[in-house]
Amino acid sequence: MSTAAHAAHPETTTGIDNRKVAIWAFIGSECLFFATLISTYLVYKGKSISGPMPADIFEIPLVTFGTAVLLFSSFFVVLALNGAQRGDRKKLITWLSLTVLCGLFFVGMQVYEFQHFYHKGLGLGTNLFGSSFYVLTGFHGTHVTLGVIWLSTLLVQAIKGNIPPRKALNLEIAALYWHFVDVVWIVIFPVVYLMR
Amino acid sequence: MATSALDHAPHAPAEKTGLWSWLTTVDHKRIGILYGATAFIFFLLGGLEALVIRLQLMKPDQQLVSPDFYNQLFTMHGTSMIFLAVMPLSAMFFNFFIPLQIGARDVAFPRLNAFSYWVFLLGGLFINSSFLINAAPNAGWFGYANLTSPQFSSGPNTDFWFLGLQILGVASIAAAVNFFVTIVNMRAPGMTLLRMPMFVWMSFITQILLLLAFPVITVALFYLMFDRHFGTHFFIPSGGGDPILWQHLFWIFGHPEVYILILPAFGIISEVLPVFSRKPLFGYTAMVFSGAFIAFLGFGVWSHHMFSTGMGPFADAFFSLTTMLIAVPTGVKIFNWIGTIWGGSLQFKTAMYFALGFIAMFIIGGLSGVMHSSPPADLQQTDTYFVVAHFHYVLFGGSIFALTAGAYYWWPKMFGRLLDEGLGKLHFWLMFLGFNLTFAPMHILGLNGMPRRVYTYPEGLGFEFWNMVETVGAFLIAISMLVFMYNVWRTRRGPATAGADPWHGATLEWAIPSPPPEFNFAEIPTVGSSTPQWDTRRAAGGQLPEPAPHSGEGIHMPNPSIKPLITAVGMSILMISIMFTHAAWPWWAMTLAGLAVMLYGIFSWAFEPAG
Repeated sequence: MSTAAHAAHPETTTGIDNRKVAIWAFIGSECLFFATLISTYLVYKGKSISGPMPADIFEIPLVTFGTAVLLFSSFFVVLALNGAQRGDRKKLITWLSLTVLCGLFFVGMQVYEFQHFYHKGLGLGTNLFGSSFYVLTGFHGTHVTLGVIWLSTLLVQAIKGNIPPRKALNLEIAALYWHFVDVVWIVIFPVVYLMR
Repeated sequence: MATSALDHAPHAPAEKTGLWSWLTTVDHKRIGILYGATAFIFFLLGGLEALVIRLQLMKPDQQLVSPDFYNQLFTMHGTSMIFLAVMPLSAMFFNFFIPLQIGARDVAFPRLNAFSYWVFLLGGLFINSSFLINAAPNAGWFGYANLTSPQFSSGPNTDFWFLGLQILGVASIAAAVNFFVTIVNMRAPGMTLLRMPMFVWMSFITQILLLLAFPVITVALFYLMFDRHFGTHFFIPSGGGDPILWQHLFWIFGHPEVYILILPAFGIISEVLPVFSRKPLFGYTAMVFSGAFIAFLGFGVWSHHMFSTGMGPFADAFFSLTTMLIAVPTGVKIFNWIGTIWGGSLQFKTAMYFALGFIAMFIIGGLSGVMHSSPPADLQQTDTYFVVAHFHYVLFGGSIFALTAGAYYWWPKMFGRLLDEGLGKLHFWLMFLGFNLTFAPMHILGLNGMPRRVYTYPEGLGFEFWNMVETVGAFLIAISMLVFMYNVWRTRRGPATAGADPWHGATLEWAIPSPPPEFNFAEIPTVGSSTPQWDTRRAAGGQLPEPAPHSGEGIHMPNPSIKPLITAVGMSILMISIMFTHAAWPWWAMTLAGLAVMLYGIFSWAFEPAG
């Protein structure tokens, strides 16, 4: 008989690491989470019985810039992953730092935006627009924040030299989550800010 | 390979017993037993609630319980039976038998598995703790909007409900990811998808349903949280909100949930029938695809719960047709089960009794379900006892009968002891009789107009006789459970003489000792068909020796860990803090404390060697 049964890490059935299958399953689940939030926003679009309405308060240029920053961060994390896989620590740390910075910028933009809207009279409970807007974008922002914490943890590990090429999968899984969060924003941005 | 004295040492070293070993266990079999024991206690609690309901309804105009307490009873009965009994009892079998049936040593993420259990336990305890302050949830297990709004539910009752369900949802999604990956990725060599045992297949489909259905109720419960605690009006008409949105979101989750409750039962039945008919499952591939088709259609039928909201002819017609359509793959399953036993050499063990009882009872429940698919008929039946009869025939006559069949079938594998057949058959006949006495008359009462969820009924409407019969039936069910518990107690005291394969089973779990060693398989088997143990038996000429014990030396198993419990406690504190947003003290301090504990749990978990 072979010694395969005694190997420390037996091969998986599909050949794909368990954690990678798990993050894909989780992303599938998350799709329904955001689908519900976005559907509610659409169902309640234009149903508010008092203002302020979206047109009164949105500032498209700022959020467009934030969107661009978030999308670029998806590109940066790919470069970071490439660095990790090649064992190029400098490349890994540089691009991962930039990814985290982009995420932080996006969260900061959202905090500023929420404060700004609040001062313009749109509270969480002011009207259906406020409720569905803050809850949808707030949950997205929470996902970005969690992603920033996750990627920062990996950045610290990368600086400590704990992400050699054989552990690049650790970053790949976080990156998959990060891409998903960005892709969701590609849906939210036009649906919430651009659609009239 | 050094064989040492360790081979002959007693099986349980010090760290394998005691409370700490259970708090830190990551063994899927121990977690399965924890799920089973916990869920059984919640099942008894839910049953107790049902008995009080039946006592209250035994005669007209009774005042045994107050109307408000009656609301709490039926809400907690439904919530407990669905989320705290049937789902976790299925989870017990997922935990114990998915790894065994696919030839794996554990699940994909053993610590995440422990986390799921602890979260489930804390959620269940939290939701039931509401009884201690006489404020149990009272808006129905479906928590329809307006009943749950701050205006109409000012006490903490609804907070217990939505926070409890939110906590339980985390457990479900974490477990679903885990079992999904386990089934996709940890099958023994040779076990292609179409060689998986049917229980594994149905469990697999259930995990997909859990992954896709639970996020929807998660969001709906968040909206409810914002409505109740942070001033929004998602479901409150005075602020423009629409209570019907709650119903849509709830049932987009709630109907797939029905299949989450019944598909594992289908799987169990598809294991029990072939073994006790001495024939392979009839129409294996059709069984797989009908299960998948049921799950797929399950997402397109939710509004048949809402015909009475007046959705208009187009929506009514659509949901009516999809609901009728779903009876087709279900019928395929029933005919395949009949095809399985047809011409088999049947062995009437207790598990077989329950499996056959399941088929008969589930057909009745399925037929009354098809009756509801017609909107004009449904408008007459909705909110009456007819609906109560229907879903008890599918959930009790279906799920509970199948889970009981599974208990008698797999008990010897889990504990090495066979449950007594005589007591088992007594259990079956008492339960079968009690069940039908309780729920069959509800069809009649419902069609005669007796409404659900009303705490009493006046004399002279013709409801007296059947209500009395139902109460007698309910107590017969209770007695049958006492017989079962006596059977378990007696079996525990008996010797562990079941052996590895008392039923001559078809699947891999029967190839290893009972109860299985921690590592399950000394050597990972290679699979050549959907009935690998029958292949082995045939090759050996019908008789198989007991599997030789193995010390487990050299087999790498995951380390125990307390981190899943810490994380679960932190997360529960974080979520429960929402209850106190209106309190005088700073509730957010509790939120932050929970968050801190949870983050400590997650980070120490992430950096702890998994083993």
